[in-house]
Amino acid sequence: MTEPQRPTLREADATAPLLSLRVPLTPEESAAKARRFGSLYFAEHWLRTMRGYGWTVVMTAVGTPLVYLFAMGVGLATLIDANTGASLGGGSGDGLPYLVFVAPALLATAGIMVAAEENTYSVMSGFKWRRTYYGPNASPLSSAQLVNGHSLGVLFRLLLTTGLYYLFLLLFGAVPDPAGWLMIFTAALGGMAFGLPLMAYASSIVEDKGQFAMVQRFVVMPLFLFSGTFFPLASMPWAVQWIGWISPLWHSTELGRVLSYGYAEPAWLTAAHVLYLAVLAAAGWVLAKRNYTRRLGI
Amino acid sequence: MSHATVPKQLTKTVISARKLVKKYGDFAAVDGISFDVPAGESFGLLGPNGAGKSTTMRMIGGVSQRTSGELSIMGLDPERNGPEVRAHLGVVPQQDNLDDEIRVRDNLIVYGRYFGLPYSYLRHKADELLEFAQLTDKAKARVDSLSGGMKRRLTIARSLINEPKILLLDEPTTGLDPQARHILWDRLFRLKEQGVTLVLTTHYMDEAEQLCDRLIVVDKGRIMAEGSPASLIQEYSTREVLELRFGSQRNSTVAGQLEGIGERLETLPDRVLIYANDGEAALEQVRHRGLHPVTSLVRRSSLEDVFLRLTGRSLVD
Repeated sequence: MTEPQRPTLREADATAPLLSLRVPLTPEESAAKARRFGSLYFAEHWLRTMRGYGWTVVMTAVGTPLVYLFAMGVGLATLIDANTGASLGGGSGDGLPYLVFVAPALLATAGIMVAAEENTYSVMSGFKWRRTYYGPNASPLSSAQLVNGHSLGVLFRLLLTTGLYYLFLLLFGAVPDPAGWLMIFTAALGGMAFGLPLMAYASSIVEDKGQFAMVQRFVVMPLFLFSGTFFPLASMPWAVQWIGWISPLWHSTELGRVLSYGYAEPAWLTAAHVLYLAVLAAAGWVLAKRNYTRRLGI
Repeated sequence: MSHATVPKQLTKTVISARKLVKKYGDFAAVDGISFDVPAGESFGLLGPNGAGKSTTMRMIGGVSQRTSGELSIMGLDPERNGPEVRAHLGVVPQQDNLDDEIRVRDNLIVYGRYFGLPYSYLRHKADELLEFAQLTDKAKARVDSLSGGMKRRLTIARSLINEPKILLLDEPTTGLDPQARHILWDRLFRLKEQGVTLVLTTHYMDEAEQLCDRLIVVDKGRIMAEGSPASLIQEYSTREVLELRFGSQRNSTVAGQLEGIGERLETLPDRVLIYANDGEAALEQVRHRGLHPVTSLVRRSSLEDVFLRLTGRSLVD
């Protein structure tokens, strides 16, 4: 903790104009702008921070699909397609390639993974480890705007990730239906449906006792395995099928299958997927805002 | 910026607190304190850790709801007009909360955006503030590469991005080495010269004496005394203090034999303080009584003595 050796302060600054620039907004105008656009201002900060680890973001977004597509789509698919044929619930009843079956699930999973990453440690970091929420907290921004800004940032990363993933799926020929691009958005919605409740939970944690690792192990992993990801939910015993029904990943995946290869399910069920995901996201959003406001005092 | 010399403007109150109370359950962190801060004043809250200073600051900053009492900043209630009040303020928190994942200069720009300020202004303002904080050559550095004093200056620079008329500083120099503290004091003094109202908490008496025009001494959530550093010393202490050390075993036994010397006597575990207007004369009297302290020191009274007198305790444990 040594200060650099410099000429004495008074000499150094004797001629320099001290804080000559005039601020272009009155405090009232500042407050009015913050009330209107505060969420976007915080999202800006969020994105600027993300730029610092942008390389990781892009490499994850590019690398994950490549690895999964080669492993599951090409490797595993060769084995499965040779043995099972049409048992995977294809729209036409013809043999549905396993790659096509698993692709929407992989895309939906990518959304969940991004949400799990961005809404756990980074929330704890804002409140406790780096205390970065307390800076904006002292500015005209409200706690609800921090939740919104953070969520906008996460949504941006979600869309970036699912968008890139979709391009890779196309490249591997895994999306027969032209409407398949809508999966970019349903997978992002799935991410928000998982991410916002997780954000609410993360913001309620005062002491880190390994809860996030538990979330990863006992929530994210089971969801990944039991949400009809690698095989249809219906082929699992009834006793574990409920995991799929409550899992945002299952709903997100099923939506993707409808869009990607015209998977046949009743229209009400498709609507229920969207509704369920929207309700989860909304509930998480409300709870997160409440927790942030309590914790930050305003 | 021109300052009209109309008395009314000079005495305009920017912060006004009346019977301010903050309770956590049954515990009153702030227990009915009242004060006014006129524009341009440098106002201090002096007290030990846990006295309620930071809580008071958080209420002024509009990030903590008061339990009862009245509070107005620039005529606004921070609970009803939070964003407006906070737009008037610059806040330097006790713990730095800079974003160490973005560069030094970006910390300033990002913060300015919270006030809705345009990039065209912020780019120049950030450079100007870096100059002010003597961090120009660190503009592109990572925050974690800065020393404690540099981080503190960056936090102060950040708090000035919206050119606040009121600056709240919570323990601005705690944890800094003496040189870093003096640089900071110099920066704060310059702001004061520019007419910025400073409100600061501290448990350092020398900081309070250096920076504060007026201060309140706070203990257990209540105001013990109020006034300028000089007037408080005059009112609650003598001009000089004679500090005597007889060795930790003997201080309290010797104290009895010192009765009658000076105006007042304080026995601390490590030394005996004799409050007198003429310290040297008091020391003569001590020697005259045949007592020979291991060390003796005559010094001027400080706010530490005021605090000791008011509460019977030291400021810094």
